[in-house]
Amino acid sequence: MSFLKIDGVTMQFGGVTAIDNLSFEVEKGMIYGLIGPNGAGKTTIFNIITGNLYPTEGKILLESNNITGTKPNKIVYKGVARTFQNIRLFKSMSVLDNILIGFDAQAKYSYLEAIFRLPRYFKQEKFIDKKAKELLEIFGLTEFADSKATDLSYGVQRKVEIARALATNPTLLLLDEPAAGMNSNETSDLADIIFKIKDKFNLTVLLIEHDMKFVNKMCDKLTVLDYGEKIFEGKPADAIVDKKVVSAYLGDFSHA
Amino acid sequence: MDFSIFLQQLVNGASLGSMYALIAIGYTMVYGVLRLINFAHGDFMMVGAFLTLFGYSAGIPFELSVLLAIVGSAFIGVMTDKIAYKPLRDAPKISLLITAIGISFFLENLFIVLFGATPKAFNAPEYLTKVFHVGEIYLPISVIIIPIVTVLILTFILYILYKTKYGMAIRALAFDIPTVKLMGVDADRIIMIVFIIGSSLAAIGGIFYAVSYPSIDPLMGIIVGLKAFAAAVLGGIGSVTGAVLGGFILGFTEIFVVAMFPELGGYKDAFAFFFLILVLLFRPTGIMGEDLERSRF
Repeated sequence: MSFLKIDGVTMQFGGVTAIDNLSFEVEKGMIYGLIGPNGAGKTTIFNIITGNLYPTEGKILLESNNITGTKPNKIVYKGVARTFQNIRLFKSMSVLDNILIGFDAQAKYSYLEAIFRLPRYFKQEKFIDKKAKELLEIFGLTEFADSKATDLSYGVQRKVEIARALATNPTLLLLDEPAAGMNSNETSDLADIIFKIKDKFNLTVLLIEHDMKFVNKMCDKLTVLDYGEKIFEGKPADAIVDKKVVSAYLGDFSHA
Repeated sequence: MDFSIFLQQLVNGASLGSMYALIAIGYTMVYGVLRLINFAHGDFMMVGAFLTLFGYSAGIPFELSVLLAIVGSAFIGVMTDKIAYKPLRDAPKISLLITAIGISFFLENLFIVLFGATPKAFNAPEYLTKVFHVGEIYLPISVIIIPIVTVLILTFILYILYKTKYGMAIRALAFDIPTVKLMGVDADRIIMIVFIIGSSLAAIGGIFYAVSYPSIDPLMGIIVGLKAFAAAVLGGIGSVTGAVLGGFILGFTEIFVVAMFPELGGYKDAFAFFFLILVLLFRPTGIMGEDLERSRF
C-alpha cells in the first residue's frame, strides 16, 4: 500500500491545463523527487496537496484516506507540512518565534486558560518552548534563536523554514526547491540534514528540485513533469539518460 | 504656568491620551492583520457609549450596562468583519477601504434612526463623577481611573500578543496569511479575536469619553476616531506600543497647547491633523515603524 497516492489529478486554470491526468505513488519512508522544467506544474501539485487549490479532477490519498480539498489549516492535522520555493518566513519575527508558530496545533490550551494564566497554559508553553529549542539544536540554529529571520543568510533561512515545517509534526514533508540559490557546501550540508531528519522523524519526503546532482543523491525515485504531463517515472540514474527527459530540459535536437 | 496648573494639565492629558490610545490600538491591530484602515472603527466608541446609555436607561445597573455594551460592541465588530470585510479578503485593498467608510456611515445613521440626532446626556453614577481637590488641583475620579485602567488593559494586550500562541498567530498573520494557515492556525478565528479586542477597546474608550464629557451623539465617533487614527499613524501604524505612544502624545499636546495658548482653544481639534501632516511629510512610518514591510506590532 502506498503512503501518498496522486490519483488522476487534473488542474485547469480557465483554459490552461496546468496538470494533466497525473498519477504517481510514494512509498512510506521514501524521498521522492518531482522534477521538470519551469512551469511544468510541480508547485501546483504541492498547492493541491496542501489544499490551497482544489483539483479539477482526481484525488489525493494519504495512507488511503482521501485528503483532497482539506483546508490548509486542517491539512497539518493530517501530517502534511511544506516549505516554499521563495522562502516565506515571518520576516521580522525571531527564528525561535518562527518555529514556535509551527507548534500552534500542539500547544493545547484555550483562550480562558491563556487569559487567566492557568497551569496548563504554563505547562504547554514550556513544553513547546523546549521542543522548539530541540529542533533548533538539530538544525544547528541555536545561535540564531533570537535573530530576526530576515537578518540571516539565504541558506540559514531555508533551514529555518524546514525546521518550522517539522514543528507541525508531519509524516509527509513537501520541500519546494530546498537547494535553490545555495552553494555546493550549503547543498551538501542540506542533504545531510534532510537524511538525518527523515530517519529521526520517520518522514516521507516529496521534493521539487532542479539541481540534478542533488536529486540523484537524494531521491529513491522520481517523476518528471513537462507541461503538466508525466514523461518519466523511475530511478534518478535512468532519468538522466532518458530521451524524453533530456529533450524536455535541453530542447529536442532530433530535427536539427 | 505655575506648578499646580501644570499638574492639573498633566492628569487631564493622561486621561485624554488614554482614550485616544485605546481607540488607536484597534486601528493599528486591524491594519496589522488585514492591511485595512478600518474607518468604521471610530464609530465603535459611539456604539459603546450608546449601548451603555441604553442599558442603564432601561434600568440595568451601570456596571452591568458597561459590560454588556463592551460585549455588544465586540459582537457588532465581529459581525462587521464577517458580513462586510470577509467576502473582500482577496479583493483589492481599495474596495475594503471604501466598504469601511460605508460601514461607518451605516453605523452613524443607524444610531441616528434608533436614538435621534440630538445629543443625549450621559449621567454616569455619582462615584465616577465625584471630584477631589488636592491643593489647587481638581481631580474627578474618572481622570484617575481612566489612565490606570488603560495601563492595565495595555499590559494585558501585550501579554496576549507576546506570550500566548494566539498573539503569536496575530503577529505572524501580519506577514503572510496563507503560510500561517499551513501551521494549523485557523486564520479567520484569529482575525475574529483581533476584531473582538479592537472593538471592545474602542467601546471602553467611548464609555470613558462619555463619562468625561457627559454628552453623547451618534456622530461623536467621527472626530475622535480620526484623531485616534492620527495617533496610530503618528506612533507607526501596525505597532501596538506605537499606537499607545501616539495616543498619549496627542492627548498631552492637545491639553497643553490649549492651556498655554488659550486663544488657540478653538483650533484644538486641528492639532491632531497638523501632527498627521508632519508625520506623513517627514517620517511616514511613524515613531515605532522602521519599515512599512517589516515592522508590525
